[in-house]
Amino acid sequence: MTAFLSSINYNAWIVPVLLLLPAFGAVGLWAHALLTANDPADKRWREVRVLAFAFFLGEALLSLGLWWSIDTAAIGWQAMVDLSWIPQWGIRFTVGLDGISLTLVLLTTLMMPLAVLGSWTSIRTKPHAYYALLLLLTIGMLGVFVSLDLVLFYVMWEIMLVPMYLVIGVWGGERRLYAAIKFFIYTMIGSLLMLVAILYLGSEASRIAGAPTFSYDFILNNVRLDPTTTLWLFGAFALAFAVKVPMFPFHTWLPDAHVEAPTAGSVILAAIMLKMGTFGFVRFALPLFPSAAMNPAVRSFIIALAVIGIIYGALVALVQPDFKKLVAYSSVSHLGFVMLGIFALTTESMQGALMVNINHGVSTGALFLLIGMIYERRHTRMIADYGGIAKVVPIFATILTIVSLSSIGVPGTNGFIGEFLVLVGAYKTQPLATVISATAVIFAAAYLLWALQRIIYNKLDKPANEGLKDLNWREIGLLVPLLIAIVWLGVYPKPLLDKTEPAARRLVEYVQTGGVKAAVNITHTAR
Amino acid sequence: MMHPAMIPEGAHPLAATVARFVWLLPLLPLLGFLINGTLAMLGAAKVGPADPSAGHDSDDHGHGAAHGHDAHDAHHAPTRHKYAAITSLVGPGVLVAAFGLAVACFFAMRSVDMERPFLLTLFQWMPVGDLNLTASFLLDPLSMVMVLVITGVGMLIHIFSVGYMQDDPGYPRYFAYLNLFVFFMLVLVLGGSYPLLFVGWEGVGLCSYLLIGFWFSEKANADAGKKAFIVNRIGDFGFLVAMFLMFANLGSLDIATVAEKAVELPMGGAIVTAMALFLFLGCTGKSAQIPLYVRLPDAMAGPTPVSALIHAATMVTAGVYLVARSSAIFSMAPMAQLVVALVGALTAFFAATIGLKQWDIKKVLAYSTVSQLGYMFIGVGVGAYVAGVFHLVTHAFFKALLFLGSGSVIYVMHAAYHATHNHDDAQDMRNMGGLKTYMPVTFYLMWIATLAIAGIPLFSGFFSKDEILGSVFARISHSTLAEATLFGVPGGTILLIVYVLGLASALMTAIYMTRMMLYTFHGPNRTGEAERSHLTEAPWIMTGPLVVLAALAAFGGWLNVPELLSAVGPVGSLDHWLEPVVGEAALRTTLGAAPHVTHQTELMLVGTAIAIAVAGIAFALLRLKPAALVPKKDSPAATGISRVLENKYFVDEGYDAAIVQPTLAVSRAVLWKGLDAGIIDGLFVNGSALLARAFGWMGSQLQTGQVGTYAWVLLIGVITLLGAFTFR
Repeated sequence: MTAFLSSINYNAWIVPVLLLLPAFGAVGLWAHALLTANDPADKRWREVRVLAFAFFLGEALLSLGLWWSIDTAAIGWQAMVDLSWIPQWGIRFTVGLDGISLTLVLLTTLMMPLAVLGSWTSIRTKPHAYYALLLLLTIGMLGVFVSLDLVLFYVMWEIMLVPMYLVIGVWGGERRLYAAIKFFIYTMIGSLLMLVAILYLGSEASRIAGAPTFSYDFILNNVRLDPTTTLWLFGAFALAFAVKVPMFPFHTWLPDAHVEAPTAGSVILAAIMLKMGTFGFVRFALPLFPSAAMNPAVRSFIIALAVIGIIYGALVALVQPDFKKLVAYSSVSHLGFVMLGIFALTTESMQGALMVNINHGVSTGALFLLIGMIYERRHTRMIADYGGIAKVVPIFATILTIVSLSSIGVPGTNGFIGEFLVLVGAYKTQPLATVISATAVIFAAAYLLWALQRIIYNKLDKPANEGLKDLNWREIGLLVPLLIAIVWLGVYPKPLLDKTEPAARRLVEYVQTGGVKAAVNITHTAR
Repeated sequence: MMHPAMIPEGAHPLAATVARFVWLLPLLPLLGFLINGTLAMLGAAKVGPADPSAGHDSDDHGHGAAHGHDAHDAHHAPTRHKYAAITSLVGPGVLVAAFGLAVACFFAMRSVDMERPFLLTLFQWMPVGDLNLTASFLLDPLSMVMVLVITGVGMLIHIFSVGYMQDDPGYPRYFAYLNLFVFFMLVLVLGGSYPLLFVGWEGVGLCSYLLIGFWFSEKANADAGKKAFIVNRIGDFGFLVAMFLMFANLGSLDIATVAEKAVELPMGGAIVTAMALFLFLGCTGKSAQIPLYVRLPDAMAGPTPVSALIHAATMVTAGVYLVARSSAIFSMAPMAQLVVALVGALTAFFAATIGLKQWDIKKVLAYSTVSQLGYMFIGVGVGAYVAGVFHLVTHAFFKALLFLGSGSVIYVMHAAYHATHNHDDAQDMRNMGGLKTYMPVTFYLMWIATLAIAGIPLFSGFFSKDEILGSVFARISHSTLAEATLFGVPGGTILLIVYVLGLASALMTAIYMTRMMLYTFHGPNRTGEAERSHLTEAPWIMTGPLVVLAALAAFGGWLNVPELLSAVGPVGSLDHWLEPVVGEAALRTTLGAAPHVTHQTELMLVGTAIAIAVAGIAFALLRLKPAALVPKKDSPAATGISRVLENKYFVDEGYDAAIVQPTLAVSRAVLWKGLDAGIIDGLFVNGSALLARAFGWMGSQLQTGQVGTYAWVLLIGVITLLGAFTFR
């Protein structure tokens, strides 16, 4: 495989192609909209969803080669492309991958076709616009993971907001406008300070370089700031990322956005967009400002927020009457584990954090898909409206059970590996926080099993549920890959862990030594 | 596990024998799970239409009715599953195969020198940083004993299940869960590292959850399953923390390495004590000890063979196994050992008192199990690991027999009530009585088990119970335990208390077991006139396994005969067998010498135990009058101490009021409505939005369009600025 990929020079073009293909797709959908303007709406809808799925599938298949083509052990960015963009300001189109971004890029490209299949029958109004927005969203998400120029990164970071705002605001539930605006403003305000910080870093770098630059590598290797400035800049980045993660107490946009978004919106939010926050910490906040990240006060503060998020998210999830909101709050809890793992700064906990990132994408993505499926049938997300439906929809009930167990972190599923690694690693540096966080295994079982019981077990006592139809082949088919991932990553996580190991280990060493240790450990190329 | 890359570690003598196929042991039941699970899905599932949202309301009801979803009362409907025949073959079949393999491994092990455990590495599991975890199986004499019990007793219970469950519409699902349980249980006992052991540990909890809630349409069953899982998880939290401690302090999670390094820690130090105590917290969850025993009696909501397999013979003994497996750690922490023994003794005692007053035949056995598990913990707690494991084995025999026997009784009672459309309680002993006439085989077999559990000489329970109590007594002086203290109380005193509680529990065990037998089988029948004609012996597929178990319950004591009774059989077989695994740790507790009591003392101890067992049975026979009982529906509510016992000291209610409800209330009122929706969202998020709007409104008020106003404002501004510069 590797030989074939290098024979077609795969690494040289794959990243720009992955970023461009969705744009072509969006144009293609637009063209379809124009060409078929006179066709019946039903026919157009049927065609456009196939067209959109084809683009996402193509994107996914193209991206698969990365699994083999990226040498994650190598020092230096892989599949790097560096083009001039706005030379006057030194802004370049620099993209590249390491093991960490590789896993997130693949998570994105592989989840998107499933999200489209999840929208297959539920989105019927303005389907062209809807799928085009999903395609544009993909550009932003992939862009965030691959950007190696700070301005490019910021542009990608903000680009995502618009399509997601529209997806929630147009195709969402009853309070969609409130949720969309809240989502937009919350994230926007969080990022504004980051823009200031980026501009500051850029001006410092330009001063040192003698020419304008926003290059990630250059800043990482050359910009050395006094401790106070470092703290401020770290804070600016951290705030932007903390909102996105979301960390307590910046999380309240999430439940609203999740609940109001259409299924695909929730899936993308949970599976991919939240990961940008944690990715931001790993790629930017930590390595750019190691001294701030190692500052005991800062570290304790962030870990405290992570632990609060873990417990608080779980407890609030426990009492949610709305299943979607319950899952949303459970995300706050899970992402708290990621933050704990990152800031505990051990190889094991960092690896665990990266694994929870992926796991949460798979499991919570699957949960939202399942909620979407049952919502499409019953038009309610309230737990109390269900009960005993395992009798009428056994396939749904079985899959929901497996996915819930994975979210609870039952051994044998992916959820266990991630949480276990976070905790067992974090204990070495943060024993108290870890022990408190470990109680979440109890709460997680409580909130999900209780919900599960009230939805699929107990008596089938609501007449409206008696006629529920079980999942169809499309729905089963789109869930099967996720179920495979759940078991595969739970039983044999080594392939995934191997991908992120070198980058995670280098990052931890680099930050722990306060960035003093030869920066070449994580900088990947010298320019 | 699918493609085991076989890497025999070193050149263990077992690697050349059938034991190299030990990975097949868990794989077989896993295969059974997959087949039965598939059958269950094929039988129950009907894939939905391509467009789930189309025509939602029109044809729903017709569809539901046409397919006859027997949503209510499913387990009463005698509709045999269409794949029941395959399930009957596959479900018990994989267990028979696994048991055969286990026996083969056993003989292989007997023929080689087992000073070293046999470690079979399958694949790299979590190679991360310093944590180089492999998926590996550890076969040593201890796991061999457990494997034999699990597959052997498990096989019998699987066979019994064919008779008990085959008319249930969820039959393949039942066997899928049961097979999955055996898979996880084997992973638990074979796991070569604590995390892999933990996989089995949580996995069996999961299957327990699924099986307790098997008839999930009843809220009480679903509740009980959920409760079991959550309470288990409280224990699992302890297990997790123990693993954190191991990794941080010993740098490994492999069982062998941990055992090696744990003994290098300071004796009785904080770390090793914390490790042991957190592990034991895990055990209290899994093995239903104080304070986490509350889930086990509820667990009886599952089908009765499940109670026999999971909640008597195997899963609940996992905690005992864990302590024995971690004997190196425990032997380094005498204080923690005292805690284990004391908690075990208190649990044995309190559960026995509750058992005295239960009316539900399965609840009697449930509390009896909790009590006997307490006994096992006394054994492993005082460092008599062999005694604890010995009782685990004999208990698996006689308690499985008791549960399956009660299953036969319930099966017959249920059938009788079903035939007459009566909705009385088929499990309440007040509705039974005199069943010996109708079910003579079950009657005799259950009496064997009763004599065994009561500790009547030469029955299996006598040997194991006696060995535990004797071990406690022997350690009252001259052991690390006697030298340690717990809350300022000398260890010797604690052990004396443990011993006395153990004796008292033995007395009560004899009483409540005799009571159960009296009320169920003796005296007049209270089932009802119409029902009586339907009472018969259970079919042979159910009584057959009982016969085998009865033989084991009667003669299981041969496994470890004390020297005193060397006339009966070979002395100390199990002692020798387990010596390589737990010998060193046991000797550490007894300060390097084999525990020794004089011949006279030993005779006295045995005499006391026998006297107590006989006294208990005699007391029950003389004092209890089955003839005076009336059926459940005519019985008055209990009062006073009986009421407290019948309601299990109201512990459930106490936990609910003290922990569950406050957690829910605080989460709802304070965290969600208060903090989340109120302060963060209401005050800050929406508040700032409101503030922004207010500023905007104020600004808009300034835009009056009156040029005069603008001029005034301009003037004031200019003056202010000038003033500011002037007086700077």
